[in-house]
Amino acid sequence: MFWTKKDLLGLEYLTPEEIELILDTVESFKEVSTREIKKVPALRGKTTVNLFYEPSTRTRVSFEVAAKRLSADVINIATETSSVKKGETLIDTGKNIQALKADIIIMRHNCSGAANMLARALDISVVNAGDGWHEHPTQALLDIFTLKEKLGKIKGLNVAIVGDIAHSRVARSNIWGLTKLGASVTLCAPEMLLPVEIEKTGVKITSNIEEALRNADAVNVLRMQFERDEGAAFPQQLDYYKKFGITEERLAKAKKDIVVMHPGPINRGIEMSSEVADGSNSVILEQVTNGIAVRMAVLFLVSQAREAKQ
Amino acid sequence: MKEKAKILDPEGIHRAIMRIAHEIIEKNKGSVGLCVVGIRNRGVYIAQRIAACIKQIEGIDVSTGALDITLYRDDLALATGQPLVRKTEIDFDINDKNLVLVDDVLYTGRTIRAALDALIDFGRPKSIQLAVLVDRGHRELPIRADFVGKNIPTSKKESVEVYLQESDGRDEVLIAEKE
Repeated sequence: MFWTKKDLLGLEYLTPEEIELILDTVESFKEVSTREIKKVPALRGKTTVNLFYEPSTRTRVSFEVAAKRLSADVINIATETSSVKKGETLIDTGKNIQALKADIIIMRHNCSGAANMLARALDISVVNAGDGWHEHPTQALLDIFTLKEKLGKIKGLNVAIVGDIAHSRVARSNIWGLTKLGASVTLCAPEMLLPVEIEKTGVKITSNIEEALRNADAVNVLRMQFERDEGAAFPQQLDYYKKFGITEERLAKAKKDIVVMHPGPINRGIEMSSEVADGSNSVILEQVTNGIAVRMAVLFLVSQAREAKQ
Repeated sequence: MKEKAKILDPEGIHRAIMRIAHEIIEKNKGSVGLCVVGIRNRGVYIAQRIAACIKQIEGIDVSTGALDITLYRDDLALATGQPLVRKTEIDFDINDKNLVLVDDVLYTGRTIRAALDALIDFGRPKSIQLAVLVDRGHRELPIRADFVGKNIPTSKKESVEVYLQESDGRDEVLIAEKE
């Protein structure tokens, strides 16, 4: 089994075997971060470019740490201070970065499909770090890796995803990845935050949080993206917490070892209580640690694929 | 691949590993401060067998580890096939140890060069010694083994194939020729 894709655009485009290959590779990269010298020379002489059209700290830093632990040179482009402000198109920006002989572009963009478009236009690798409401593959991969590490497998698990599904690329990537690996997924959200026809992906839907948690082996709690509320119907924060917030009382009725995940940053007292976020079921900080190994594995695999083709 | 000659049978492999264990103990004047690290995959099993022989001879458990050198290869940038990255497992301190690095076949020396780089990232051993089951010649780097199970002169057209119980279900070393 070899990795053949120059890009990582979304879990929708991967086979179950390709997802498993990434997860297996992550296992090996996790060890590097436990060393005293947290660096291997695998991407020495390669350049990765972080091209972020949307604010992000944790994903950008995680990709930067991952690239540096592989000995790559990392360039960060903040679009607010770049030629993007002068009206340069995405493809032109990408082609210029390619002309600088960079090897991998890691991009976050507010438009769904932006990474796919850039990848088609360029010969160098594109890794999607989140595009609009479409996909955030490395986040879903680190969620799935963390789950597998905690529960030993993915097949047959019941995973609840709670929160703003409609605006969430994390949810979409998780749905693709989890269902491809044989887990069953239950979405739980206020009706206004559920995308239309989502049940066609084979997931269950409920608006009752107790029901969503009842048989769940894990719950992935999404961030309420209040910054995306452009005057549309959005629930009041307190009202949301009352109906959907993950609290100790609600967890007490769920499976004892239920794994609680959150992609961060947490709105404490809105999506979950502080006791749950810091409690024994929470793996939120382990997700952050695993994120580095996941991104190291992805950067390594896409760079190898590109070279195998030449 | 066409099989040309059997070089070692199960007894031959066992005797070679036992002799290497004796030589390691002799050179290091005992087994205190000794550790054995195998290069994935088959070097790991040979390292474990060497450790078992040392235990048999000296009655002391020496630490063993597994080293994956994929990320340190000098041909990563031009690799045609894609190597699978596996886990490095060295869960002890290698600082100030006499470390015996173990591989199945010593050929160009490039794997050992990568392994030395990888080891140095884990610490500063007092010494690094090299043990191999087979030395087939054709070095491309100034590297030599301290302990050799068997020297086998080969041509570059031939390949040396090592099979071990742990990975292949049988113990055997043979020379094959590319057709």
